[in-house]
Amino acid sequence: MGIDIHETLLPGVGLRYEFDNVDGDRICVIARRRGEFEFFVSTAADPDSAQRVFRLTDTEADALAQILGAPRMVESFADLSREVPGLEAGQIEVLPDSRYAGRPLGDTRARTRTGASVVALVRGDKVVASPGPDEVLRAADVLVVIGTADGIAGVRHLIEQAIDQT
Amino acid sequence: MAISAGLLLELGLILVALTILGAGARRYGLSPIPLYLLAGLFLGDGGIPVPEAADFLETGASIGVVLLLLTLGLEFSVIEFTASLRRHLPSAAVDLVLNATPGAIAGWLLGLNGAGILALAGVTYISSSGVIARLLGDLRRLGNRETPAVLSVLVLEDFSMAAYLPLLTVMASGGSVAEAMLWMAVALGALGLAFLVSYRWGHHVGRAIGHPEDEQLLLRILGLTLIVAAVAEEIHASAAVGAFLVGLTLTGRTADRARAVLGPLRDLFAAAFFLSIGFAVAPAELLPQLPAALALAAVTAVTKIATGVYAARRDGAARPGQLRAGTALIARGEFSLVIIGLVGAGSGVLAAIATPYVFVLAIAGPLIARFTR
Repeated sequence: MGIDIHETLLPGVGLRYEFDNVDGDRICVIARRRGEFEFFVSTAADPDSAQRVFRLTDTEADALAQILGAPRMVESFADLSREVPGLEAGQIEVLPDSRYAGRPLGDTRARTRTGASVVALVRGDKVVASPGPDEVLRAADVLVVIGTADGIAGVRHLIEQAIDQT
Repeated sequence: MAISAGLLLELGLILVALTILGAGARRYGLSPIPLYLLAGLFLGDGGIPVPEAADFLETGASIGVVLLLLTLGLEFSVIEFTASLRRHLPSAAVDLVLNATPGAIAGWLLGLNGAGILALAGVTYISSSGVIARLLGDLRRLGNRETPAVLSVLVLEDFSMAAYLPLLTVMASGGSVAEAMLWMAVALGALGLAFLVSYRWGHHVGRAIGHPEDEQLLLRILGLTLIVAAVAEEIHASAAVGAFLVGLTLTGRTADRARAVLGPLRDLFAAAFFLSIGFAVAPAELLPQLPAALALAAVTAVTKIATGVYAARRDGAARPGQLRAGTALIARGEFSLVIIGLVGAGSGVLAAIATPYVFVLAIAGPLIARFTR
């Protein structure tokens, strides 16, 4: 059960991300190319009433991200993948009912089966870079995967297999 | 080496005047471009003579055009172009038909030749992406539903210039329509090539041209751009298009750094360019064309609103959003002036009607957009 984040390209300006929260507000974050972020809020009922709430510089956004506990490593990977056509980055969460929760990363054989590589593992606010095959996956870990779109989808499929499936 | 005190003094005074005008404009949220035009009008032929600085400003103007187009190319990427194309090709078509036609008709009524009609059509067609993008940020409308539509229309307009400018340049220098079509095809081919290089080998190009030192980066990119622009001008594909293609080919980190390093240079030389447009027009020539310019401005303001309404409606914005999109698009600015500059600011009637036209819309556009809630 995830949040539906709507991503729109604003040519010449940056990227716009929007989602609706439980209260019925539409939250909008604009990631400007120069590195700053602008935050808008409107009501889901009247999306034309967007008000700008505040603006954050690059470093201020890092501070907010630390408070919220989400590392921005995937963004740097996204920058990298933009330079290399066909290469993409993805985040895959290990859910509690995944058959690989509690098992070492090597058991997934993700690299052999899909070609995509798990380059980092995010546990809460800690990041394990280049996790080895012996690294045990726990529920709520987020895997950072680099590969082709198909490869990433393959890893997602692997990880999302529930315990009672074969 | 003899330092000309006259040159330094004149240039210094001009720059100080520009900054006072510019600061005043910014305070009221307006673009300084119309004020630079006005300053140019009061200097040179009809007003205060600036004999020493005139040559520098002339030369600076050409470099200004190159830098304006280079930084424009750096702003956009292939992805943004294709995304805009996919969603808003019909909007671009509507934009073209509604906004180029009044200019073409006006040119015909004024008795301009083929090149003049084409030029005036281009002047009324293209909105100022620089002024409008900044306006949307200032008005805090980036989060609005209609904003992507506005930006996409602007992107497609700017890219269409790559085909239009060679066409115009050839016709302005007296070439035949067949010749003009040939060079337009060449320019489109070069555009396609730039896209390809940017998309597939973008980061190789970046690594080849990029350099950790800002000075090296500046000299390399500037040198490369000027050479490509010169070649483009020689083969009648227009120096401006050459510069645009170089900007387009650079992506990623190199493009970001290039934008930062070239920004100040572009500001200086672009100011020289805007001044030189005002220079070349004598106020006496201007007055008789004023009513026509105002009429044209009014008509094409309405057609831009219609364009914006159409484009925003395609993206699902509601009535208020559609109107906001429409009024945002009214502003004309640097590109229209580039067109005038390329055809020859001294071409009498064209410059006399187009300069006040851009002036009026560069001021009225943002004001009207501001008051559209």
